[in-house]
Amino acid sequence: MSSYDILFWFFSLAMLLSGVLVIASRNPVTSAICLVALFVFMAGLFVLLEAFFLAAIQILVYAGAVMVLFLFVIMLLDLKASQRRRFGWLAAVGGLVVAGALVWELGIILQTPVTVAVSGQTEVGGGLEAVVKPLFANYMLPFQVTALLLLVAMIGVVLLSKKDLQ
Amino acid sequence: MITLNHYLMVSGLLFALGIAGLVMRRNLLVIFMALEMNLNAANLALIAFSKFNKIVDGQVLVFFVIAIAAAEVAVGLAIIVALYRQKQTVTVTELNSLRL
Repeated sequence: MSSYDILFWFFSLAMLLSGVLVIASRNPVTSAICLVALFVFMAGLFVLLEAFFLAAIQILVYAGAVMVLFLFVIMLLDLKASQRRRFGWLAAVGGLVVAGALVWELGIILQTPVTVAVSGQTEVGGGLEAVVKPLFANYMLPFQVTALLLLVAMIGVVLLSKKDLQ
Repeated sequence: MITLNHYLMVSGLLFALGIAGLVMRRNLLVIFMALEMNLNAANLALIAFSKFNKIVDGQVLVFFVIAIAAAEVAVGLAIIVALYRQKQTVTVTELNSLRL
């Protein structure tokens, strides 16, 4: 068992464990902190897949910006009252059935190894240059549209946060 | 030896966890966190395919997913705050004004 395998299993198991804790913990703050751990372990998996740039983005954007937003909103809404609420039987059974069906389906599909379509090419790597070059060549239009979308989202958030929505 | 199937298995398990959280939980914020888990599971699958197919386009797509997820979180949380101002609750079972 190489060190790559050990790291893979460590990151995967830790990530899935923190995923379970996100769902199972009753306090939303605990869920948020476990979600931060999940994002960090996911970034570790990205590094194992040699997607170094995206691992950095994952830490900066997800574990940084997005989770700060979440924690701010949890702080704004005083959630002590809803903290005690247990989830109902129907919802729990429904969730387990849906998730179990997904896992069962997954097990059937992944019994045969997924074939890799293209082979024999050179490694692409996941550094800044490898990811950003197509962004400014083939994907120029989607990139600009994403910038516009961020602007629209910003305006929308400002509008939604106004006191009177009328 | 870690193959593509291992990564797809982890990604699928995380997606199933996210779906279970979406159905089980009643706190709107935790439901939103489960949604983020789903997005991350998809990202992992995309990057794994990108690595094992030796095509960089999957990573570019993940870049877009992360950018749009950030915008989505901002708008979604603003909607949750506006909802809380109107109804004083974020529990989905109490938000039933559209029920017949």
